[in-house]
Amino acid sequence: MNYLGKDVQLKVVGTRPIRPDGVEKVNGRAAFGADVAVSGMIHAKVVRSPHAHARIKSIDTSKAEAVKGVSAVITGADLPDIPSEEAFVGEGPANFREMSHNVIARGKVLYDGHAVAAVAATSAAIAEEAARLVEVEYEVLPHVISVEEAMADGAPVLHDDMFTQGVDPKPTKASNVAKRVEFKLGDSNAAFSKADVIVERQYKTQPVHQAYIEPHACVVSYNPDGQAQIWCSSQGQFMVRAFCAKLLGMDIASIRVMPLEIGGGFGGKTLVYLEPLALALSKKSGRPVKMVMSREEVFRGSGPTSGGTINVKIGATKNGRIVAAECETILQAGAFPGSPVGPACMTAFACYDLTDVTAFGYDVVSNRPKVAAYRAPGAPISTFAVESAVDELAQNLGMDPGELRLINAAKDETKAAYGPTLKNIGFVETLEAAVASQHYTSDLGEAPKGKRRGRGIASGFWFNIGGESSGATYVNEDGTVTVVSGNPDIGGSRASMGMMAAEVLGIEVERVRTIVGDTASVGYSFLTGGSRVTFATGMAVTQSAEEVRDDLCRRAALIWEIDADAVEWRDGHAHPAGENAGKFDPLSLSDIAAKSGRTGGPIAAKSSINAQGAGPGYATHICDVEVDEETGHVAVLRYTAVQDVGKAIHPAYVEGQMQGGAVQGIGWALNEEYIYNKDGRLDNPGFLDYRVPVASDLPMIETVLIEVPNPRHPFGAKGVGEVPIVPPMAAVANAISNATGLRMPNLPMSPPHVRAALDAAKA
Amino acid sequence: MYAPNFAAPQSIDDAVRMLGADGAKPLSGGTDLIVQMRSGRNRPDHIVDLKKVPGLIGIKAEGAGFRVGAATPGAELGEDKALVAAYPGIVEGAELIGSTQVQGRASLAGNLCNASPAADSVPAMAACGVKAVVVGPNGEREVPVQDIPAGPGKTSLGKGEFVKEFVLPALPANSGDAYLRFIPRTEMDIAVVGAGVQIQLAGDGTVAKASVWLGAVAPTIVEVDASCLIGTKLDDAAMAKLDAAAQAVCNPIDDKRGTIEYRTKVAGVMARRTAEIAFKRAGAR
Amino acid sequence: MAKIHVTTKINGEDAEFLCEPQQTMLDVLRDELSLTGSKEGCGSGDCGACSIIVDGRLVCSCLMFGAEASGAEITTIEGIANGDTLHPLQQKFLEHAALQCGFCTPGVLVASKALLDANPSPTEEQARYWLAGNLCRCTGYDKIIEAVMDAAAEMRGE
Repeated sequence: MNYLGKDVQLKVVGTRPIRPDGVEKVNGRAAFGADVAVSGMIHAKVVRSPHAHARIKSIDTSKAEAVKGVSAVITGADLPDIPSEEAFVGEGPANFREMSHNVIARGKVLYDGHAVAAVAATSAAIAEEAARLVEVEYEVLPHVISVEEAMADGAPVLHDDMFTQGVDPKPTKASNVAKRVEFKLGDSNAAFSKADVIVERQYKTQPVHQAYIEPHACVVSYNPDGQAQIWCSSQGQFMVRAFCAKLLGMDIASIRVMPLEIGGGFGGKTLVYLEPLALALSKKSGRPVKMVMSREEVFRGSGPTSGGTINVKIGATKNGRIVAAECETILQAGAFPGSPVGPACMTAFACYDLTDVTAFGYDVVSNRPKVAAYRAPGAPISTFAVESAVDELAQNLGMDPGELRLINAAKDETKAAYGPTLKNIGFVETLEAAVASQHYTSDLGEAPKGKRRGRGIASGFWFNIGGESSGATYVNEDGTVTVVSGNPDIGGSRASMGMMAAEVLGIEVERVRTIVGDTASVGYSFLTGGSRVTFATGMAVTQSAEEVRDDLCRRAALIWEIDADAVEWRDGHAHPAGENAGKFDPLSLSDIAAKSGRTGGPIAAKSSINAQGAGPGYATHICDVEVDEETGHVAVLRYTAVQDVGKAIHPAYVEGQMQGGAVQGIGWALNEEYIYNKDGRLDNPGFLDYRVPVASDLPMIETVLIEVPNPRHPFGAKGVGEVPIVPPMAAVANAISNATGLRMPNLPMSPPHVRAALDAAKA
Repeated sequence: MYAPNFAAPQSIDDAVRMLGADGAKPLSGGTDLIVQMRSGRNRPDHIVDLKKVPGLIGIKAEGAGFRVGAATPGAELGEDKALVAAYPGIVEGAELIGSTQVQGRASLAGNLCNASPAADSVPAMAACGVKAVVVGPNGEREVPVQDIPAGPGKTSLGKGEFVKEFVLPALPANSGDAYLRFIPRTEMDIAVVGAGVQIQLAGDGTVAKASVWLGAVAPTIVEVDASCLIGTKLDDAAMAKLDAAAQAVCNPIDDKRGTIEYRTKVAGVMARRTAEIAFKRAGAR
Repeated sequence: MAKIHVTTKINGEDAEFLCEPQQTMLDVLRDELSLTGSKEGCGSGDCGACSIIVDGRLVCSCLMFGAEASGAEITTIEGIANGDTLHPLQQKFLEHAALQCGFCTPGVLVASKALLDANPSPTEEQARYWLAGNLCRCTGYDKIIEAVMDAAAEMRGE
């Protein structure tokens, strides 16, 4: 059933209660990945490649093994050699053989930071000392960092068995181009003839790291009976279990994963890095093994998202109707195939109602860490280019950029270029709210001498997904309720799960406590990603709560000795209904719980579903900047995020997603980048020179929540976590353009780049 | 296993003796040393914590000047009202070293002796004529701060020598100092360019004396020929000359924090902007 | 060198521990004293997740040797609340949803406490600069700043 419509009075959903896991997080007691200790535990460190590309000639571990306190040393040879097998994992396709080779190198190292060995010892300090003594002999090979280098004729090839997929005829020569994808509607090439104005430009974005503050960490205990327990922070306990089973050749039932609190992920913890190594070391040493990455290892060894080169061409009539659009997106995948080039192409024009559009792209490997998902993977990259181009189009047409977007906006029944017909979307509503907002209509104010101010607007789209999810609702003896979610809680989902259950049961949210179950205590759930948890797992939890509610009515009927369908549930109580109305005093949930032993035993329900019908997310952001003409420094003065959220279950955490995503986008826009030296080594693997936004860089991030309910969710929820990172880069670029008249096609728009652009414009 | 010694001497003599040992490193705030040890770049055999040595922490007014203990944390400088009133630029520089947390530990001596060309506290100290009191096996000597760093990560200090305190001279009449740096964010970055300036005014309000030093644009801090400012009130022509003079002394490198071209241009900008603040401060006295 | 014996005071209680000379205070708190509320996000003083207060000064515990704690008074996240009663900052962080993943939260709270100890009436700008050394990747800082300002107002009796 659903709880939509004006006549439905929601008491819990839409309020802002304190999250159930809150107190433990403000008093320091919450246990994250590195906070766990197990009896007999030892510590391990990874030996990483200092080279961007090299053949491993030999690995001599004898000196490390001789160090007092060292229990085990492993290399790639200690993990099974598994066959090439494509699977859809995390937020995109992957290949387990490649995943295994990424976790620990075999034959060749493919990037600076690639793991080649791991050492376990009685202390982390001894493990680190011993790791320095592992002698790896390399034959250094020529390397490629950028996609341009990787695609050039005669470029060093990373994988000599990789032939570009998706092109006809199939290439006969191995290359660094893993595949080509294309999405097409109508005939864009012909349709450009109808355009009065055409804008065309190349854009470039840099790889950026998810930069969660908690480094990857795990404790793994492998027992002689072949069973293992894993405590770790990840975006999916079932994902860790499945990947470890694959990579170690174990049964799934032999691995139990205990999800710990996760200190941020943003897509970057949808993969395994340490867990398979810790498993192998635990097996070899016979001891539980703890592994924790340093910040440097996080930057060198775990996935950023792709950098890209995007060519955009858009044509419109002089009254602002876009008649043709094309976009080519070339994305860095890192050392193994699997960039989000598909989603980048699919999302590129998803904000607009177009008839003739082509989006195609290439997935290209180079000597960088393999990319991992990062919040709306791919979309921010193509959208930066397209939304910059739309802004340029508005400038050329002399139109307001918000107005131009409204003229072309996707709405219900728009056929998207990537396939589906869009339904129940709220994009137009975000645009209308943005254009009418106090922010958009306010005066920018006068800039101080030497500075210029400008305002930009940009929009974005993300699919949002549903998928396999499990939840359970247990009524306790005293009438309190325990909810179990199958998904790690990254941003407050325990609160929203408990709220939905409380709403269904008609009780105060404080009587519901939500926990995240381990892999043996709740049904399978696909990982926390794709903005799916409140939608899909929320649906599973809601269904389990509804089953409990129906059971509570049956129990009341038993107590009253009337028909179950003559009982209705209202305000946390069973009421006799129909002809029995008023005949019995209502029974509270606590009353029924206390008598459960006499009415059939414990009251509990579990729900495992494959949730369909996730509603897409749309957002429009407004950004004001001040550009220092002499230094090129860009300050964000004011920022507003407008988003269709379907229905905000817990509005404060929805706002938090919007604010956090917007600020990650601002970081991507202004300063974040990977800097490689000429040897292909990462030069800024730390928070000092990988510059994420700090508190003093930012204004308050204003939020406007638009609620166009998703009828496929009981409370109308849509995913909200990812789309907030899609518009910011273009919003900032468009604001800089408005301030200076300069189009900044390359990220980051850091002070040296902005100053150089200003100088070039003067010259 | 790497296992250094740790000692916290309670007298200058003990400190000098301990620092005379091979592989000994002084510890004041530790905000550079501990990071370097963790990364393996620096592995001292003896860590000598100087903070328990009398006089190493604290600020004393001395006539119209000050003596500042070498290991005094930056936060303490910012809390000393008399020091802030007299030498706002020096305090600005010290207070820009790292975050609030780093301010709780980082010291002038550590910032100076770490010998990073981008050290924030050094340009303003040099502009104001601050001297470091160096102690060692051969006794005590006073050295202008700019003579301590000898290049990135290198100092002119001899074996067993360390900085005990800084002497901030009597404040010249009608003078003002300032420090500005350019960083990509608003906090938490290493200076791309830093500029420290002290200006003294003549009775008619024109510049009588100007000292301008730049950080992060050469292997050590460098002095800008600021003679173009003398006799002016920092009119546009004088400022243009200062900008050019600042760019002329730059000898930077291309690195992750800035390019040669960018650093050079911004050096001119920072010199001008800092001079303007120092000039205003001098005029307000 | 043999381990160093250190006597200190942590969260109002006498404490002693043995540490290696090169062991940081963060390692001591987490590994020797089981005070895992202080987090390691970087180990280089760039993220603030390990913030503690030592003799009234806010510091990164990863940038201090355990041996330096001798004779000091130290406050960690575990000592912010008054027994069963949360510190107003802790309460306001909960009310304002000023945490998402919660990993940076201990450091942010300790730093915020040090701010309000030093300056009961910070402006938004002062709060933002004071907390610039505490990275948060989830919230965009908005609700953190709101919570700090609200806690400050409450502590002033407004």
